[in-house]
Amino acid sequence: MNGLKMDTYVLELKNISKYFPGVKALEEVGFNLKKGEIHALVGENGAGKSTLIKIITGVLQPDEGEIFFHGEKIVFSDPTVAQKNLIAAIYQNPTCFPHLSVTENIFMGHPIVEPRTRRLLWNEMNAEAMRLLKTLGSELNPGSKMGDLSVAQQQMVEIAKALSLDARILIMDEPTAALTSRETEELYEITRTLRKKGTSVVFISHRFEDIYQIADRVTVLRDGKSVGTWNVSEISEGELIKAMVGREISQLFPKSEVPIGDEVLRVEGLSRVGYFADISFSLHEGEILGFSGLVGSGRSEVAQAIFGIHPYDGGKIFVRGKEVPIDSPWKAMEMGIGYLPEDRQLQGLVLPLTITDNITLSTLDRYARKGWLKSRAGHDISQKLFSLLKIKASSIFDKTYSLSGGNQQKVVVGKLLAGELRILIMDEPTKGVDVGAKSAIHKIMSDLAANGFALIMISSEMPEILGMSDSIVVMREGRITRTFSREEANQEKLLTAAVEVGR
Amino acid sequence: MNDSNHVSSVDFLKNLRGFRELGLVVFIVSISLLIGARNPRFLTWGNLHDMLLDTSILSILAIGMMLVLVTGGIDLSAESGIALTGMIVGLTLIRYPQIPAVLTLFMGMALGAGFGAITGAIVAGGRVIPIIATLGMMYVYRGLTFIVSGGRWVNAYEMPDDFKAMATGRLLGFSNLILIAIVVYIVFTYFINHTETGRQIFAVGSNREAARIIGIRTNRIIWLVYTLSGALYGLAGVMWIARYASAQSDSASGYVFTIVAACVLGGVAITGGVGSISGILLGSITIGIINNALPMIRVSPFWRTALTGAIILIAVIVNIAITRNIERKALLQRKI
Repeated sequence: MNGLKMDTYVLELKNISKYFPGVKALEEVGFNLKKGEIHALVGENGAGKSTLIKIITGVLQPDEGEIFFHGEKIVFSDPTVAQKNLIAAIYQNPTCFPHLSVTENIFMGHPIVEPRTRRLLWNEMNAEAMRLLKTLGSELNPGSKMGDLSVAQQQMVEIAKALSLDARILIMDEPTAALTSRETEELYEITRTLRKKGTSVVFISHRFEDIYQIADRVTVLRDGKSVGTWNVSEISEGELIKAMVGREISQLFPKSEVPIGDEVLRVEGLSRVGYFADISFSLHEGEILGFSGLVGSGRSEVAQAIFGIHPYDGGKIFVRGKEVPIDSPWKAMEMGIGYLPEDRQLQGLVLPLTITDNITLSTLDRYARKGWLKSRAGHDISQKLFSLLKIKASSIFDKTYSLSGGNQQKVVVGKLLAGELRILIMDEPTKGVDVGAKSAIHKIMSDLAANGFALIMISSEMPEILGMSDSIVVMREGRITRTFSREEANQEKLLTAAVEVGR
Repeated sequence: MNDSNHVSSVDFLKNLRGFRELGLVVFIVSISLLIGARNPRFLTWGNLHDMLLDTSILSILAIGMMLVLVTGGIDLSAESGIALTGMIVGLTLIRYPQIPAVLTLFMGMALGAGFGAITGAIVAGGRVIPIIATLGMMYVYRGLTFIVSGGRWVNAYEMPDDFKAMATGRLLGFSNLILIAIVVYIVFTYFINHTETGRQIFAVGSNREAARIIGIRTNRIIWLVYTLSGALYGLAGVMWIARYASAQSDSASGYVFTIVAACVLGGVAITGGVGSISGILLGSITIGIINNALPMIRVSPFWRTALTGAIILIAVIVNIAITRNIERKALLQRKI
């Protein structure tokens, strides 16, 4: 019986264990994949999903356990072995070549060549790239430089790359995290088409919407162990959350009602050539102002202008009624403005430093006397935030590069909280973060508002925007199209404002 | 309709960025005219040919350096590699004057490739940072040059006539050395743009981890660029002794910075991933003009070095300014 069943699996992992210095990343994990199924892999950040994928693609080798491919034992000693067996992966952070063209990014590693001379056939590759992108509903120019594209567009190119490989097993690590709802719909459609063709898909996502929309089965990982595998039709959202976190989450979006105080920030007619124009809004104590809109609508650029990273070239910013020209992050922080960047690795963390070094980094002068650091005070603050944010690491002296994505995000939040900043701009604060951490971050935001902080939250997740914001600004192509109060906003109105044409 | 027009104009301006060399062309033309106005002899065919002759060696070296720079490395050992291969070939010619001149070119390439392969193995296999590894090899190869020569020179009268003729001979009005450079340029343009390995060099330089994940053997590529750099400085080493009709132990001392300057002028990013053959050709020519023209307009030798540095900086700044301006214009086109 068992032997017969095994043959039906395209891929089967048995008792896989993987150890990193000081951490058991995976412990006797089992996983199997049928032909032509979409198998969701879920779990909190740090549960071991990314490690498992890297083992399937041969980027990492397991310390223990066996892998069976079509019933036969196989060793993925390096990525080329997996590729030859038509296993392709789309990683969480697009693994692209920013200096090269879209076409090159798609075909690097498996180019179309003239068979005899091995000369690269650029015309054929460009045409094929164009065709692949069209099937994905994308009008991208294959000649564009990858580094000039938005994250969502890069993700599209990654998917095109996987399609060009004609993979039999396709692994997608959070493919929808950076996509708009329309793009997500298209991705679902593509994934279903692939399934019809007999491709097996491993789909990692934090969004339950993704799982219930397209997955056939779901496997849950928790703390490096597999909790179980279910048919999606047989498990409820609540049960799934319980399996993931080992406890029940009461409420996902707990913004509490707090009195809205005085105006702390007013922006009038802010613009930056080529990115946004005529941005006006005001922000009050205790308020969470949501910034909604499609990816690339200019929300992050506005935030970066207010924080002085990429200065604006028109308009005015008033802090507590006084006009202040903000031309650098130092100036912004002096005015009590803090910023939580979207790309935490690039802008938020110094990876080779420890958790405590990162948390105290922007407020070092407070722990210093006559130029000498008084580490104790900094460590105390860090320890407090470490336990408050429930950062998963052995201590505050762990280097941040060893942390999972969600825990890195918590460290960035910690850094923000360590400063005495009363106006906080958070760019996608819960992107790529699991439900447990998400709920924790929402709780923290709500508490901050209750304590008189003023928050700007940029988010692409509708439920988050609707649940957390007191008022909502919707942007489209660099301009504000509509502003809603909490009461009048709903999903449909936000979406309309985000995509409506003609003003 | 209107919308698609606006998109295409943005695309056009974006493509203009590919012509960042445009700034360099403007610079080369204007400085040539200025110098020509001061000293008409500058713009004579004889002088321009001499200048190209000097540039031919530099531009070959710049190709090798570019390949290394594209991967995010640097090959400081190039300058002593020139001297070492030149010296070995020179000494061999004293003993075996019957060796045909063409063969010496291949001999130089083979020797250089060997030296480069050692450097590459240290960088790729030994995981030593390129600047340190090649700095070390720079001294090793320089030292070896003194050891093999015993401190002596190889003089013009000791070289066979057909070898010297290689440097002085012309075909279709061009010096053989210029023609060699042209062949190298054609070969490497093809290699970089139309072969899989050529593109993999850029992939490794753009994102090494991503290159590894898609199965490119990154260490092999790293090793390869140093080996190619070696083959090219080996070739240049032979051309060097033919051109100057002597092999000296201290040849090309400090020349590596001129090579890197030619690359940087030509738009090669020191951080890796970016570089083009046309760019470094223009960069080499710019350096050639500066070296050739300053003596011609009677700039004191004391001032020459400082002026050369200043002019290189000005050229780079002009280049950046033009690129920025193009980018900004592209942004202004974007409808908000």
